[in-house]
Amino acid sequence: MSDHSSPSSDSAEDKNLLSRRKLLYTGAAGAAALYTAGASKAFGAAAPTEEVAAAAGTVTLGSYETGPGIKALAAVTKKFTANTGIAVKTNTVDHNTFQEQINSYLQGHPDDVFTWFAGYRMQFFAAKGLATPIDDVWKALTPQMPPAVKAASTGLDGHQYLVPNKNYPWAVYYRKSLWKANGYTAPKTWAQFIALAKKMQADGLTPIAFTDKDGWPAMGTFDILNMRINGYQYHVNLMAGKQSWDSPQVKAVFQKWTELLPYYSQGALGLTWQDGATQLENKQAGMFLLGGFVTSNFKPANQPDVDFFPYPMINPKWGQDSIDAPIDGYMLSKSPKNLSGAKALVGYFGTAQAINLYLPLNPGNLAVNKRANTSHYTPLQKKEAALIARTKHIAQYMDRDTRPDFASTVMIPSLQQFLNNPGDINGLVKSIQKQKVAIFGS
Amino acid sequence: MATDIATKASTRADGARRRKRAVRLSTWDRVAIAVMVGIPVFLTGALIWFPTVSSVLLSFTNWDGIGGLHTIHWIGTTNYRQIVTIYPSFWPAFEHNFYWLFALAFVGTPMGMLLAYELDKNIRGTRLYQSAFYIPVVIAPAIIGLITELVLSPQQGLISSLFADPRHGHVIDWLGNPAINIWAVLVFACWRHASYVMILYLAGLKALDPTLREAAAIDGASEAQAYFKVVLPALKPINIVLVVITVIEALRAFDIVYIINHGRNGLELLSVLITDNIIGEASRIGYGSAIAVVLLVISIVPIVVFVWNSFQQADA
Repeated sequence: MSDHSSPSSDSAEDKNLLSRRKLLYTGAAGAAALYTAGASKAFGAAAPTEEVAAAAGTVTLGSYETGPGIKALAAVTKKFTANTGIAVKTNTVDHNTFQEQINSYLQGHPDDVFTWFAGYRMQFFAAKGLATPIDDVWKALTPQMPPAVKAASTGLDGHQYLVPNKNYPWAVYYRKSLWKANGYTAPKTWAQFIALAKKMQADGLTPIAFTDKDGWPAMGTFDILNMRINGYQYHVNLMAGKQSWDSPQVKAVFQKWTELLPYYSQGALGLTWQDGATQLENKQAGMFLLGGFVTSNFKPANQPDVDFFPYPMINPKWGQDSIDAPIDGYMLSKSPKNLSGAKALVGYFGTAQAINLYLPLNPGNLAVNKRANTSHYTPLQKKEAALIARTKHIAQYMDRDTRPDFASTVMIPSLQQFLNNPGDINGLVKSIQKQKVAIFGS
Repeated sequence: MATDIATKASTRADGARRRKRAVRLSTWDRVAIAVMVGIPVFLTGALIWFPTVSSVLLSFTNWDGIGGLHTIHWIGTTNYRQIVTIYPSFWPAFEHNFYWLFALAFVGTPMGMLLAYELDKNIRGTRLYQSAFYIPVVIAPAIIGLITELVLSPQQGLISSLFADPRHGHVIDWLGNPAINIWAVLVFACWRHASYVMILYLAGLKALDPTLREAAAIDGASEAQAYFKVVLPALKPINIVLVVITVIEALRAFDIVYIINHGRNGLELLSVLITDNIIGEASRIGYGSAIAVVLLVISIVPIVVFVWNSFQQADA
């Protein structure tokens, strides 16, 4: 249910609304129409609070929430208005449209506060001067947030630009009953992982569900292999364009990846992640590396039958010390009309009270605030939260950790190219490197 | 002839006054003409020529679309050089656009012409056939993309469900296998294009003077002879329109592949590469513009042929 973001396609809710999302691709006209529809809806919603607005001012909020997220956010803003007397005018835009228009949105007449993602994706716009630093807001939040979360909310200039409220981990998910029936146990090392896959194959299963029609899910495998083999810092540097892509380290990642290919779903490049989740739910596939939203389409009866293990260790030097756990949050546009109100609102979004209101209404996400109430978590969510808490390094996912143009126009086609033709790693990494130089300029 | 004579007569009778009136325009006439000519000229300039010229200029720059005009850097032909040398998606896209063109030209268009020809014979149930064949044109191209996906999807698609057991049997990966997915998609593109061509061609056939065919039949021409020697040449204006439409459809193809997998992994098209680079967070405005210019140059060829042809006809 979380907002895994990517340039191509997004959150679980979006994926659920397959047809609606797809219709949006019919063009800019559709997008514009939706934008207007969203805006007018927001005007309607804001009407009853206008008297309050006159007294204490109004903060405008641009939101990409979909499905239950809309209600969850509305509950938070309502409480904020009750607390402070500051009215919030929420302008909800389709999730994909919001992302695709972010450039023109932030340069035009953006709302005071807008929903966005942590990591490089935030830093990119902060460095362009399209966001307002909120270090003062973070003074109060710092003791409540894990350091990794603060780091992911900090711009390249050392100032904070984002207040996070939720995240979810990427791990290898499986169905408990299937594993119990076949006597599988969670692998800790690469050798155990491969042995397990072999065993599953012998048992007539697709060992590892793998789907990459949408282009972004393969990034998860690259990220985790790179972090397991070369370590978190190498991964961060590579994503930031500071490392060469035709290095032996990157080649080693692709080399390791080829060991997994025999165990993947057939026709992976024609399958969406929902197809993979269906394979997992139907017990056709043994395990699936995906974000916590993997179960969002599962039947309620099957939900408690899901468990996960963190990606196995490859290089003992790093163990299992890093994972992808994308963080979502809120930012201030470059010159909010109501600066003090906007700061109060983003500050409130990060508080335990706001998160406690939000999460039960939009389940499938985890709170980033350490003081937030976790009693409504399912056992799976508790385990996910524990995984994030004990993991030393949290990455944000490739399409949030690197330049958006590099992620979408270079890495998506390149990873698909690898999956089609795993034999030519040298040619592939050379091609990536050339394009990387063209984009990063070095 | 009769009108000609009548006009001449009345002109002579009314004399100079009438001729003068025909030349002098009232203020309102001038305003009306200015509005009728001015608005389209303005719109064409603002919506077509300005973006076109801007794209050409931007294609020689490096710009991420953020910040004012001073953030645009001139980089000469670097974008073009990179596109043809290091952009792995470019040549496949280029190729696929030509596959698209050939498929439409040699399958879609002839298919549509054949359907129109058969329907023109007023066979029984012709209205039913006509509506059935015409449906793909009414449906938005994005929906065609969705239908394509629903039919071809390896796991839930119609074909896999009918002909293979995806649990055990081997699945033909119509959408994900880059060696075959373009051909699978082209079937659907042709399906839509054929119906478009059919409706245009049917209109042309209906407007054709039936005596031409009767005369051909009386002269002992076979059906094929009558078609190729009489009907086809007589429909030359429509045929030119069909050629132009086929080329345009092939070059602007976008929706189906974008719906299926964002035009990647074997389904690259120039239009998709432009979108990928310009729209969204990527914002490689200069790079995307350079691809757009390539597409523009390719498009200009059929446009020039068409315009040249039209002028020739007008002169004749």
